[in-house]
Parts: sequence; C-alpha cells; structure tokens
Amino acid sequence: MPAWLDSLGSRLNRLSSFVITLLAVVSALVVGALLIVLSDVEALRTGNFGSAFSEVGAAYWALVQGSVGSLQALSETINNATPFIIAGVSIALAFRTGLFNIGATGQMMAGGLAATWVGFVMDGPGILQIPLALIAGLVGGALFGAIPGVLKARTGAHEVITTIMLNYIASFTILWALDTELFQRPDRTDPISKFISKASTLPRLFGFLGDRKDLFAHSGILIALLCVLGYWWFLERSKMGFEFQAFGQNPDAAEYAGMRAKRLTMLGMIVAGAIAGLAGAIEILGRYGYASQNFAGTIGFDAIAVALLGRSTPLGTMFSAILFGALQSGGREMQAETDVAIDLIVVLRAVIVMFIAAPLLVKSIWRVKSAQVNTGQTFKGWGS
Amino acid sequence: MRLDLVDITKSFPGVLANDRVSLNVSSGEVLALIGENGAGKSTLMNVLYGMYRPDSGEIRIDGEAVTFGSSADAIASGIGMVHQHFMLVPVFSVTENVVLGVEPTGVLGSLDMAKARQMVKEISDKYHLDLDPDALIENLPVGIQQRVEIVKVLLRDAKIVVFDEPTAVLTPSEILEFFEIVKSLVDAGKGVVFITHKLKEALHIADRIAVLRRGRVVGETTPAQADENKVAEMMVGRPVQLVVSKNSARPGEEVLAVRDLTVLDVDGRTIIENASFAVRSGEVVGIAGVQGNGQTELVETLTGLRAASSGVVRLGGDDITDASPRLRHELGMAHIPEDRQRQGLVVGMTIAQNLVLTRYHSSEFSSGVSMNWDKVHDVAEELVKNYDVRTTDVDNLASTLSGGNQQKVIVARELSRDLRLAVASQPTRGVDVGSIEYIHSQIIKERDSGTAVLIVSTELDEVMALSDRVLVMYRGQIVAEVDPKTTSAMDIGLYMAGSKPQGVNA
Repeated sequence: MPAWLDSLGSRLNRLSSFVITLLAVVSALVVGALLIVLSDVEALRTGNFGSAFSEVGAAYWALVQGSVGSLQALSETINNATPFIIAGVSIALAFRTGLFNIGATGQMMAGGLAATWVGFVMDGPGILQIPLALIAGLVGGALFGAIPGVLKARTGAHEVITTIMLNYIASFTILWALDTELFQRPDRTDPISKFISKASTLPRLFGFLGDRKDLFAHSGILIALLCVLGYWWFLERSKMGFEFQAFGQNPDAAEYAGMRAKRLTMLGMIVAGAIAGLAGAIEILGRYGYASQNFAGTIGFDAIAVALLGRSTPLGTMFSAILFGALQSGGREMQAETDVAIDLIVVLRAVIVMFIAAPLLVKSIWRVKSAQVNTGQTFKGWGS
Repeated sequence: MRLDLVDITKSFPGVLANDRVSLNVSSGEVLALIGENGAGKSTLMNVLYGMYRPDSGEIRIDGEAVTFGSSADAIASGIGMVHQHFMLVPVFSVTENVVLGVEPTGVLGSLDMAKARQMVKEISDKYHLDLDPDALIENLPVGIQQRVEIVKVLLRDAKIVVFDEPTAVLTPSEILEFFEIVKSLVDAGKGVVFITHKLKEALHIADRIAVLRRGRVVGETTPAQADENKVAEMMVGRPVQLVVSKNSARPGEEVLAVRDLTVLDVDGRTIIENASFAVRSGEVVGIAGVQGNGQTELVETLTGLRAASSGVVRLGGDDITDASPRLRHELGMAHIPEDRQRQGLVVGMTIAQNLVLTRYHSSEFSSGVSMNWDKVHDVAEELVKNYDVRTTDVDNLASTLSGGNQQKVIVARELSRDLRLAVASQPTRGVDVGSIEYIHSQIIKERDSGTAVLIVSTELDEVMALSDRVLVMYRGQIVAEVDPKTTSAMDIGLYMAGSKPQGVNA
C-alpha cells in the first residue's frame, strides 16, 4: 500500500462519526443516482445517457421539493418523522441497554390499540382524553415489551427471537380485536376500529394558520421532541440511565458493581416497549383517528435503521428520523413528478445503513481499533 | 541461522508501537525480550511473525532481507512462535494437533496417522519432552500442552523459536522443566526469543537481554552484567522498589470467616470443597494455586457473584452467605476483580464514571432518580490525584488508559473508603512494574490501617511477598497453610501441584 493511501486511511480513521454518517448519506445518493441511470431503459438502448443524467437531477430535485419545498411538504415530513423519532428512541434506548428490540412494531400495535380504546370508549374533554390515551399507549407498549423482557431475564430466551415472534402475535391479535364488537366500526365488516372521539385527536400543529385543509401535521412532533429531550436526560443525568448503559456495555461489570442484571433486562424492554407504544398511540391520535391491522406499517423496522444511523444518541436519532421522514415524503413527490419509483427511497435507506455499517465491518475485519466510530449499539449475539 | 530486525518502525493511529527497533538472535542462543505491558513487545513479534507489515525497517535472515506477507511466510523461513494462549483443539490427540495443517498423507490424500505419530515421537524423544502422542489435549496439564505447542513449531522446522510469556501459566516446577526444554533447544542449535516481563526468569535463562520501553530498545545487557534492579530500572526508566516493604502484621479480630464452603458448578461438579479459613483484621492472607484450581470461583462466592452450595461465610459476625454483591459492598467489602476489562471496568465509559461504578447509588453521588455528575467529577479528580492515575482528564474514556492505570482506577475506587475486608484477585496481572510497586504499597497500607486483606494470585512471588499467611488451593480444596517467611517457593509449588514437600506429614 502506498504511503499516501496509508496516511489517508489513518486520517479517515480519526474522522468523527458525524462525518462518516454524512459520507454515508452522500454515497447512498451517488448509488441512487447510478440506479436511476441504469434503470433508464431508453438510455441503455440508445446509449444516450444525457437524458438519464437530467432525470437524476429532476428526481433529486423532486425529493427536495417534496420534503422541504413548501409548507405542505414540510408538514408531511413532520408527520412522517414523528413516529420514526419516537420508535427510533425506543430502539436506541434498547441498544444502549444491550438489547436488540425488533419488536417495536408489535409494541406500537399494542400501544395504538390501547390508545384507540381510550379514544372512543371515553368521552371526556381533550385535556383529559389525550393524556389518558397517551398513557394507555405507554402502558400497552410496556406490557407488550415486558413479555420478551421477562422471558429473557427468567429463561435467557433471546429478545431477537421473542420480539420477532411477538410481532406476529400482535399482528394477529389486533386483527382479532378489530373484529370484535368492542372495537369494530358498526357499519363495517372488515377489521377496522371505531373513530376516536374528536376530543382525543391531537391538535393540528399549524392550526394557528387558520383552517388549512392541506396541512396535516399534528402536534405529535412536540411529544416526539420531548421524547428526545427525555432520552437525553435519561442517558446523561439519570441514575437508571447510568445503570442501563453500564449494563449494556459490560453486563459482567454491571453485575460486579451490584446492579441487578435481570431487573435491568426487564426494565430495558419495558421502557423500550412503552416508548414504542407511545409511537403507536400518536399515530392513532394524530394521523389516523382509528386503528387498522397495518397502521404501524414498517415503522418499527425502519426505526432500527434510524437508531443505527443516529448511533443511538438522542440528537443523532432525531436527525436520522427527520431524514427518513423527509425521504418518505419527498419520495412520493419524486414518484409523481418523474419516472423514478418510490422504491428508490427504500434502496437509499438500505444503502445508507450499509455504508454506516461497512466502515465498522471493515474495521473489525482489520482489527483496527478506533474509539471514534461507535454505533452505540451494544447488544450481544444470540449465543450470549 | 541469524535473524536480524533492523530499524523496525510500526505505528497505529495515535501510537508509535515500535520506533526503529533493532534486534538480532542467532542459532544456539537465548535472547530475552523484556518490557512492560504496552512497551511494544507483541507488536514487534507480530511484525516478525508476518501478522503486521512494518512501516519501515526490514527483517533479515542470514543477512538477506525478507518480507513476510503472512505467518505462513514466517514459518517457511524458519521462525516458529509459541503463543501465550495455546492454539490447540482440546478434543484432538497430541498427534492430531501437531500435524494439523501439515498432515502426512498416503494414497489419494488419506491421512497417514502412523507416520504422524512417528514424527511426534521422534521430536518428543529428541528434546526429552516425554509426550504421549495419543493423549487428548483436554486431559493434559497446561505445562504439557505447552510442549505440544513446542512440538508443533519444531515439526515445521523452526530454527528460531519465539516464546510469548511462556511461564505465565506454569507452576514453579513446570517453569524449571520448561527451562530444561529451552536448554535442549539451544543445544540442538535453535535460537530462542523469550518474551517476558518477569525479570528473574530473563536473568536465569537468557544469554542476552534486550529491554523495550515505549516502543524503543532502551538497552541490551547480559545476566552477567545486570541484576534485577538494574533491568527493572531500564524497563521503567527510574529506580524501582522490587521488594514489598512491610512491617510484620498485627492481626486483630476475625473479619472474614469461611466455614465448610462448598460450591458446585451448573453441572453439579464440585469446584470448591469444604473450604474453611479466616482472615483477621490487619493481616494479608494469600491464596496460592495454579490457575483453574477454584480460586476464581472462591472469590466469586466470597463477593456474591456465585452462589454457595453449602457452608457459611461471615463478615464481621454477619452471615453474608446469601447476601447480594451490593449488600456486601455496603457492609465494607471491597473487591478488586481478576479481570479488569471483563469485570472491573466499563471501558467505554469515562474514568470518572468508572471511579463510582460500585457506589454511584450512594447519596453522595445521586439523589432520587438523578445523578450528581459534578460531585462525581470532583471526587474523581481527587482520586486520580491521590492514586496516581496518569491521565489528562477524568472525562477521558477508561479505554484510553494503560493496563496499569486502569488497575489503579479500580484500586482507587475499591480502597478509597472505610473497609473491613478487601478481596483482591490478581491485583497486578498485566500491570507494569512501576504500577505493581504502587498497588502493592496501597494494599499494605490498607492492611496497616486495620483492614483484613485476602489476596488471590497465580503469581507465587506476589502472594509470598504480600501475604502474612499463605493458603494453597489445589483442585478446589485448601491443601495447606504455610508461613511465607519460613517456607520456600519450591515447597509451596509442590503443594500447588498436589503433592507434599518431603518430610511433611499433613
């Protein structure tokens, strides 16, 4: 290896994680551009790539326009980012505790269903309804998160397996529940819930601009930002946050220091579950107003990528959630305006995460130690 | 054959591990490479063995420059290495392990195990290694396993054999046998590089001693020219007190009392059998033994990390047999664990956070649900100063500290409060000479302030130097109690190996 390459390598080593993240996003955009060009059949046949390159420009411009180009776009981005932020915090916190929570989807469903119930069964004023519904979401998620937590603490069952399985259980339980008289909307035969009461609906974020029908952004984003703040406080200032992190990084040392491993495992999953449940509740109370089988979508899984990209830090998770939200709303615009399918967004997200993971992979293969690059991800393999 | 390392330089981001290191070793001589942890010994040997490519400098064999792209190249050039951690397959026989990778084959590539066994036998006889080619590795003591490693190297035609800390896992008598093997290797014309941090052994076996400090060769000497103090001074860069200076103990009341303690592992096998002993205030009791004879489990049981099956453990009269680690801590027990990276520290956290790892929950450092990091910071600053932890900032990660300084963080955390009992396991493993001196003095200081101290170490020298009484553990039992002032290391070594010194009826 030439010396200049070597020194470049060691300089790259010292780059902060932030720069690596930024490079990952830029690299992903480059890969995305290549894909756009390569999927242009016309250009491939004629060998004239000029138009294909302008297609790239148009697609990315539409991406920007659709995510931050107008107040409406921004409003969409905010709504998309909100569940990513909250579920991202849930998964980041689990990572920091040494747990890999794949069950955010199931926990969102549990929380969302509980919030829906409070939303239509009670008819109080908003000041009471909304907090109650949110608490129901927290509790629902916590209970559902407690299952893998207890299983792991008691029997050692790995949370990756149990949370994946619990996702299926949640998905079919919600299907069943939505078919019961309690939940099902009276005039429907398909599994769909009653509407929540108006008082239970989260207020519009841009309500102060008058009655704009095109601005759907709800105030869930404020709760999401509170979550980020709370997560920061928990990690940096709280006693339990210190325990969670010590346990996450070195369970043996935590036990040596007198912390109770089983209790921390359970608590970690319960808290992560509660936060994911909150994300589910906010989707119901802010975005949909009712529950359906697939209201949680793939958010619980996408949030894993959000937490990884944000290296499980509060700010990192927030910004990567906003990026993912922006890509999603921009993607729709891109699909509408150009020939590029919204699937490109999925590819972009995947490539970003891959580039984030790749330097670490390379480092571990080459046994290069670098304190700067840290995914914040400390869960252990299935065998442990 | 003559091997030359010429001006080898190897750096890692932020660290200059080897700085223009030049060494040579020839057939028929023993070169001891001595240096503290982190002095660059391992890096240098990895360069020699083809694991790292040096930034500059070259390796010469009989005057000719060679480059090693992998360890296979190094082996082909006649360099063999016996690693500190053996690379053996436990369920394979001696022969199978030795020929692994260079199997003699017969028709159509079938294994010729008869020939393999013959090859092992020949080497074993030639060097008086006394190996049974058919024994399974898992049934062999560590000393014999090491010989298997040696045969592996010899079978691959090594002319220069590198031993990385070979005596770390051996009993005193095994060490003597090992030295005999080294002599027979030298007699047969092999060159030997002996990497160690034990001064005595280097002086005993080496023809020449090269001292490495902070990546540089700071000097070369011979056993005839130097003594322990001189070599230690070269290693550390300042005069070092090698002997633990202490007055005789003034033992008081019984603090730790262990009665008929039996511990079983998950499979129901007995790890500790009917152990009974006591540690009184103001005395140091040492537990000697070869690694793996139940010392680790004994410490875990005493500190609450492992459940006792039967028996009673009392601390100052309180029955703590089933007490949690935290309760024991609050009752005045300190624990310096045997593996600082695995248990003692969370290396991804700051020095300050590690300094309160076992007492962050006290009202001094936290109130209600929140931590008082300002207070932690202040206390950490003070501890770092008082316990000589070398760092620029207590908010640096613990992983940035050298092994010795990491250990001092643990010592500071555990000893800087009112104690009744301090349990220290391998308190100076992998720690540089300068820090060893310091940690030993802190332990004696603790004793003199009236704390009961229990030391567990596989370094017999350490146990003998620190302890007022020595208990020997063998296969989970306490087989002897001796006075280190009147008992020789060889005799304790015999107890450690499960036999009794002549003339003793116990």
